[in-house]
Amino acid sequence: MVNLSWLDRPLACLSDPKGFFREEMRIIVCLKPVPDPKYWKNLTIDPVLKVMVREGMPNVINPLDRNALEEALIIKERQGGEVIILSMAPLFSFSVLREALAIGGDRAILLSDRAFAGSDTLATSYILSEAVRRLAPFDLILCGNETIDGGTAQVGPQLSQFLGMEGINFICKVEKFLEGDRKGRSLIVRRKTEHGYLRMEVRLPALLSMVKEANNPRYATFMGILEAEKKEIQVWNRNDLSIDSSRIGLTGSPTKMSNLFMPELKRKKEMVKGTPEVVSNLILEKIHQVGLL
Amino acid sequence: MSGEVWIFAEHHSGSLLEVTFEILGKGREIADKLKGSLSAILMGRDLEEMTQELIDFGVDCVYLLEGLHPNLYPGQEMVGILCDLIKKCSPDILLMGATSIGAELAPKVAAKLNTGLSAHCIDLDVDEKGHLLQIVPAFGGGVLATITCPDQKPQMATVKSGVLRAGSRGTRNGRTVQEKILGNGESGIKILETFKEEIAEIPLEKAEVVIAGGWGAGGKEQWLQLEELATLLKGAVGATRPPVDEGWAREFQMIGQSGKTVRPKLYIGFGISGVMHHMVGIQDSDFIIAVNSDPEAEIFRMCDFGVEGDLKEILPFLIQKIKEKIKK
Repeated sequence: MVNLSWLDRPLACLSDPKGFFREEMRIIVCLKPVPDPKYWKNLTIDPVLKVMVREGMPNVINPLDRNALEEALIIKERQGGEVIILSMAPLFSFSVLREALAIGGDRAILLSDRAFAGSDTLATSYILSEAVRRLAPFDLILCGNETIDGGTAQVGPQLSQFLGMEGINFICKVEKFLEGDRKGRSLIVRRKTEHGYLRMEVRLPALLSMVKEANNPRYATFMGILEAEKKEIQVWNRNDLSIDSSRIGLTGSPTKMSNLFMPELKRKKEMVKGTPEVVSNLILEKIHQVGLL
Repeated sequence: MSGEVWIFAEHHSGSLLEVTFEILGKGREIADKLKGSLSAILMGRDLEEMTQELIDFGVDCVYLLEGLHPNLYPGQEMVGILCDLIKKCSPDILLMGATSIGAELAPKVAAKLNTGLSAHCIDLDVDEKGHLLQIVPAFGGGVLATITCPDQKPQMATVKSGVLRAGSRGTRNGRTVQEKILGNGESGIKILETFKEEIAEIPLEKAEVVIAGGWGAGGKEQWLQLEELATLLKGAVGATRPPVDEGWAREFQMIGQSGKTVRPKLYIGFGISGVMHHMVGIQDSDFIIAVNSDPEAEIFRMCDFGVEGDLKEILPFLIQKIKEKIKK
């Protein structure tokens, strides 16, 4: 069972005991190594095992996670503090974490264990939440709104739910901090909707899932790359966390994949080539055939 | 096997969203297959008309959570209220729209109830055991997977607007259940202001003609021509990611996995290479025309009519010819 006992205490307890007088922020950035989209054309499905064959495909930082990292670094520059990179991935993802440290993260935690493999979003969020608990006290968790591989946009909100704190998706701007009252500090953010955006105040600690418009992610500098070599990457496995093993991995995931297939797109595939005038006439003809004009 | 199917009936400014009718249609179909019933959760204020509309479109029972703040936000408070109701009634299936609200609410509810959820389904069905079959795209839509959640309830799924077809109005009898809200009022979120962007153009999802441009459009000048073409054909302009990044197009014009799904009568793509996640977003178009200078472009393998050529040369001719045609 998840231990939720500490949530019953005032939210300020999740922050440093010195509480609201502390300027410095501790920010956790969740980051996922994803297969480089440049190579997705080469993706195939193993016909027997029904799994994706992604051998030889290099991993990169999930694009929106760069926005999460950027926001963390902006806040750190303003308020001071620490930026911790948290990632659940196979051990070969070390280089991706090293890049995040070169960009500006202070240290990184890699959650890696065979038992984690096959976790769906629920199991993944649960594992991450246990790691976050070990990293407490903290002020803010930042995630990319979605990944480019799975693209569910579920892990952010599920992680916030497991931690029993507020989590907000679609953050397009972090405006400012409000030095709080007895309840602790809060943050003013903008959240995109279909119709525009909401300007909201959220009490810390909280989780924010960032979209692209939020900022312009920086890249690693040469100095950053050198410094990253000295920074620490800790690897935690299930024994480092107080985890209920029935809730992780393939067996602990409520969703099961029963079939994997490539979509069939059946079309006429008629091809033409010619002078601009000729092809324009042909396009016009087709527009007409469809019943328009 | 029981077949209690629920939908979350989202609304905005006093009317039910299009996606609500779409998941309602699918929910009805599934409930009928399971010989079960379909219920809707409706939250907010002034719900009477919407309640009747839900029933007219095929809902057997509407659970009303009335009196909530009109700025419904899927924070801890709303998640708590919803989960209390779900725990009490234990539905087998719960469908939500993958809207900006639904996409945040569904995962939180699933986490609180410790159940499975699949995002952005492109189709839903049930098997003989009554398990919900959830077809989801992955890797930008290049791969599809069937997901089930055999051991936990409710089996949850979200669907984007425009993916499913809305059901039709019938003459059903439904009932309503007034639910007491036992919110603890504890919320770490306060909505300060709501900003509205006015978007005058025809929404992409509803357009009969979609003119789309990709990286190959090459510049703002060509983009303006695409817009002119769309206006002539009474259509809307769509885009892939690069034109949005370049500032030629805007975010809401993006088609594909992280964008919109369109199903026009006619789609014409200019300078679009045809990456899967875009193609999945347009695959329900009746007729697809592609213009690209690269004969190897992926889109040519997936279109009805492919034109190999330079769009910079073709666009002015095409616009001219359509103008002539309209004059006649």
